[in-house]
Amino acid sequence: MIEYVDRLLQGDRRSAAKIITLIENDGADKPEVMRRIYPNTGKAYVLGITGSPGAGKSSLVDEITKQIRAENFKVGIIAVDPTSPFSGGALLGDRIRMQEHALDRGVFIRSMGTRGSLGGLASATKDVVKVLDAYGCDIVIIETVGVGQSELDIMHYADTTLVVLTPGAGDHIQTIKAGIMEIADIFVINKADLGGTEKMITDIEGMLDLSPLLKGWRPPVMATSTLDGKNISNLWETIKKHRRHMIDTGTYREAAEKRLRLEVTEIIQRKLMEIIEKDLLSNGKMSSLTEKLVNREIDPYAAAGDLLKKFLP
Amino acid sequence: MSRRIRVLVAKPGLDGHDRGARVIARALRDAGMEVVYTGLHQTPEQVVEAAIQEDVDVVGLSILSGAHMTLFPRIKQLLAENGADDIMVMGGGTIPEEDVKELKEGGWTEEIFTPGTTIEDIVAWINSNVKVD
Amino acid sequence: MCDKLPEIQQDRDKWQEKRSKLKDRDFKFETVSSMPVNDLYTPLDIPDFDHARDLGMPGSYPYTRGVQPNMYRGRFWTMRQFAGFATARESNERYKYLLSKGQTGLSVAFDMPTIMGYDSDHPRALGEVGRVGVAIDSLQDMETLFDGIPLDKVSTSMTTNAPASILWCMYIATGEKQGVPSEKLTGTIQNDILKEYIAQKSWIYPPEPSMRLITNIFEYACKHVPKWNTVSISGYHIREAGSTAVQELAFTLADGFAYVEAGMAAGLNVDDFAPRLSFFFNAHIDFFEEIAKYRAARRIWARRMKEKYGAKDPKSWLLRFHTQTAGCSLTAQQPENNIVRTAYEAMGAVLGGTQSLHTNSMDEVLALPTEKAVQIALRTQQIIAYETGVPNVIDPLAGSYYVEALTNKMEEEAEKYFAEIERRGGVLASIDQNFFQQEIADAAYHFQRAVDKKQRIVVGVNEFVNENESVDIDILKIDPQIELDQVARVQKLRQERDNNRVNGALEALRNAAQGTDNMIPFILDSVRAYATQGEIVQVLREVFGEYKEKPIF
Repeated sequence: MIEYVDRLLQGDRRSAAKIITLIENDGADKPEVMRRIYPNTGKAYVLGITGSPGAGKSSLVDEITKQIRAENFKVGIIAVDPTSPFSGGALLGDRIRMQEHALDRGVFIRSMGTRGSLGGLASATKDVVKVLDAYGCDIVIIETVGVGQSELDIMHYADTTLVVLTPGAGDHIQTIKAGIMEIADIFVINKADLGGTEKMITDIEGMLDLSPLLKGWRPPVMATSTLDGKNISNLWETIKKHRRHMIDTGTYREAAEKRLRLEVTEIIQRKLMEIIEKDLLSNGKMSSLTEKLVNREIDPYAAAGDLLKKFLP
Repeated sequence: MSRRIRVLVAKPGLDGHDRGARVIARALRDAGMEVVYTGLHQTPEQVVEAAIQEDVDVVGLSILSGAHMTLFPRIKQLLAENGADDIMVMGGGTIPEEDVKELKEGGWTEEIFTPGTTIEDIVAWINSNVKVD
Repeated sequence: MCDKLPEIQQDRDKWQEKRSKLKDRDFKFETVSSMPVNDLYTPLDIPDFDHARDLGMPGSYPYTRGVQPNMYRGRFWTMRQFAGFATARESNERYKYLLSKGQTGLSVAFDMPTIMGYDSDHPRALGEVGRVGVAIDSLQDMETLFDGIPLDKVSTSMTTNAPASILWCMYIATGEKQGVPSEKLTGTIQNDILKEYIAQKSWIYPPEPSMRLITNIFEYACKHVPKWNTVSISGYHIREAGSTAVQELAFTLADGFAYVEAGMAAGLNVDDFAPRLSFFFNAHIDFFEEIAKYRAARRIWARRMKEKYGAKDPKSWLLRFHTQTAGCSLTAQQPENNIVRTAYEAMGAVLGGTQSLHTNSMDEVLALPTEKAVQIALRTQQIIAYETGVPNVIDPLAGSYYVEALTNKMEEEAEKYFAEIERRGGVLASIDQNFFQQEIADAAYHFQRAVDKKQRIVVGVNEFVNENESVDIDILKIDPQIELDQVARVQKLRQERDNNRVNGALEALRNAAQGTDNMIPFILDSVRAYATQGEIVQVLREVFGEYKEKPIF
C-alpha cells in the first residue's frame, strides 16, 4: 500500500483510487499512508453540497464542475449515497449525472456508501479529501444527501457549504431536517423552473432575518435551474466570494484550526471507543453484570464504575 | 468499517434495455455489495475510467445490442493499458453460446451469464472470485 | 342476471364449503403480474354488469368489444413482422421476401445508431451498425430500403422515436422520388417519446422540445399526410422493462392522454389529430389478464376521449392497437418452446381484438431471427387466422364472469394510477420524479426474485431443465464488413452531395428550432438535400440540449 503514495503524489489516479479503498476499508496501513500523505495536503478548497433527495444535487455538481473546469482547476468529487441498513450494500448512482466529465483527466469522481458506522463516514470522507488534495485536486466537492446526522457531519469539513432545496417536491422550510439550515453558507433553490421558488426564497430570507450573522456573512439565496444552466456561473462566483470572505475575515484559518483540533479529538474518541468495546464490554464481565442489573442487585452507575476500575482506579 | 466488494454495473452500447442491469445492481446491493451504476450508453473508455476511479473488483457489462464482440475486448484492452487488468469483467445479455466461448477463450471476460442465470449464481460467482484480503 | 344473485350466492356458499375441504397445490394463485385471482368467478363478481354501458356492440361506444362492427369477419388483423438488419439493401430483400410470403404490412427495425440519432461513422456507433436493425443515415439509404416497393401499395410501420421526425421526412421524400404524393402514404411512426423516458431509454432531447417535435408532426400530418398514424403510443416497452399488465395499461394510456393534451395545448382541434393516434401493446403469457387489458384499454380510452377531452368524432374515441408478443417471456433455454409461448400470446392478442400483430421468432432471445424462425412466427398467425376458428366470432370471451370481472379490475387499477399521476402534476412531472421508472423497477425486481426462488416457474429455465443442453439452432450472423461498407457509404455521400445546399437547409432548421415555427418543413428540406440523420440531430441537440437519466433501481 505504501508504494501507492509516491505514485499518488505524481498524480496517478489508480493509486488514488486504491488508497481511497484502503481508507474506506479502514485497512491496517491507513495510519502510515495518511501520515505520508498529510504533508502534501492543505491546498484543496472543499465545497460541500447537501440537500434533500431529488433536489438535483448531482446535476448541480455536474454544472459547477463545468464552471471550475473552465478555469482549469482540477476537481475531485466525492459522492456519498446511503448504505442499506439491511444488507450493508449500497447503490451508488451519482455518476450517471456526471457523464460529461467521465473522460476528463482533470476530474476524479468517487462514489462512497455511508457504511453505517457512526462518525466513521465523516472521518473516512475527510481522509478521502486529503487523498484527493494530495492527488492534486484544487477543489474537492463532497455531495451527500442531507438526511442523516453523519451526512451532515461531513459538511463540517467543507469550507463552503451549499444547501440545495427544491420547491414543489415537499421541501418546506419548517419541515426540513433540523441542522441542515444552520450549516448553509449559500442556499440554492434548484429546479427553479418548477414554480414555488419565490415563496421559498421569501421563507428562507425571513428565517435569515432572525439569525445572527456569522462574521458578517449572510448566506445568499440563489435560484438555479440545471435544465437551462441559468445562474450557474453566478453561483460559482458566489462560492468564490464566500471563499474570499472567509480568507479576508480570518474565518478560513480559524475554521481550519478548529477542524484539525476536532480531528485529533475525534481520533482519540474513536480509539478510546475501540478500547472500551474491546476490553471492557466484550470480556464477559458485561454479561455477568447484566444478570445483576436485571435483578436490581446493582445499579447502572455502580456497574459502569465497576467496569472502569481498570482505567480510572 | 470493513472490506466491501465493489462492482461497477455498466451498460455500454446504444441500446436502452437496462432492465437486467438494474435488477442485477439492486440484487448485488441486497447481497451486501457496493454497486456503482454508470447509466446507459457508455463508451468503453467511460466504463474503464469509472472502474479505475471507483476501484471496483468487478465490472459487470450488460449488452443486448449485439456489439459484445467489439465491446468486451475493447474494455479488457483499455483496463490492461491502464494497469488495471486485475479488475475482472463479467457480462450478461443477448450473447450466443459460441460468442461466449470465443470471448472467454480470448481472455476478454472472466464470465458471461446468459439469460436464465439466477441472481444467486451471480452473487456466488462474485463471492468466490473476488479475493477478500 | 341480478335477480338471481341471492340463489347464486347460496349455491356458491355450498360449493365453497365443499371445496374448502380440498387441499390446493402449493402455489400462489395470481397472474404473471402478481394480481391475485379467485378460483371461481360467478355473476356475483360482476353484480352491476350492464351490457350497453360496459361493453356496447362491436364498433360502438365504449368499444370494449372491438373497434370494427364486423371485426375479423371483414378482414384479419395485419400480420406485420418487424424486420430489418444490416444495410438498406439486405433489408430491402427481406421485405420483398416477406411480402411474397403473404405478409400484409412492413415494419422497419432500425439499428441502434439510427435509433439514437448517430450516423454510422460516429464513434458511438462502433460495433453497432446494422446489428439489431437496418442502418439508415440519409435519404439515400431510405430510397434503397424501399427500392421496388411502391409506397402507395404498402403500409409501413417505423420503430423510431427520438429522431422519428427525420426518418418520417425521409419516407415522405422517398415517396416523392417514387412519384407518390404524401397524401397517399399510409403507415405508422412510433414517435412515442414519453415511454422512452419511462422505459425504453432511447431518448435524445429533454422532454419539452421532444413534445414540441411530436405536436409539429401532428400538425403537419393533418395537412399533408392525413392517412399516417402519427404516434404509436407504446406499452410494449414498458412491459418489456418489467412492468405489470396494469402498469402497462395505465402508463400507456396516461402517455396517450398527455399527447392529446399537448396537441390541444398547441392549438390543434382534438378531432383533427386524435383519430391518427394508435397504440402498441405487449402480448404477455398470462392469457386472460392480457385479454382483459386490451378490452379495458379500449373502454377507458373511449370514455376519456369523449367525456374528458370532448372529442366529437367517434374516430377519436377508438383505441386501435398493434400487438407484439412478449420478448421478455422468451427463454434462451430450449428455444423451440418459444414457438408455443408465442402462439398462446398471439391467440390472446387476437381474442383481445388487435388490429395488427407481430409474433416473435423463437430465436430472438439469442440474436436476430433467421428466415426459418421468422417464417414459423408468421405461420403461427396464419394458423390462428385460418385454422383455429377463433376469428369467426367477435369478442368471444365477452360475458365470461372472469374476463368481465378482470376487465373491470384492470380499469379500476388503472384509474388509481391516473389519480396518482395527476396528483404528481402529470406525466412529465411524474417522469421527473422517477415515479414510473421506480414502479417498473420494483415490479421487475419482484418478478426476478420470484423466478429465482421458484415461486414462479419458467419451463426450461428453473424447472424441467434439460441438463447439458446445448442450443443447436442456427443463428443469424452479421458480417462485420457491413459496418465498414455503411461507414464508407455515408462518408462518400458527404463528399458527393451539394454541401452548400445541406448547410443552408440545416441553418434554416436551426433558426426554426430556436423560434416557434413548425420544424417539419425544415427537416424535410434538410432530408431532401441529403443531410444525414446525425447532422440533423446534431443541430437540434445544439439547440435543445440532451436528456440525462436519473439513477433508479
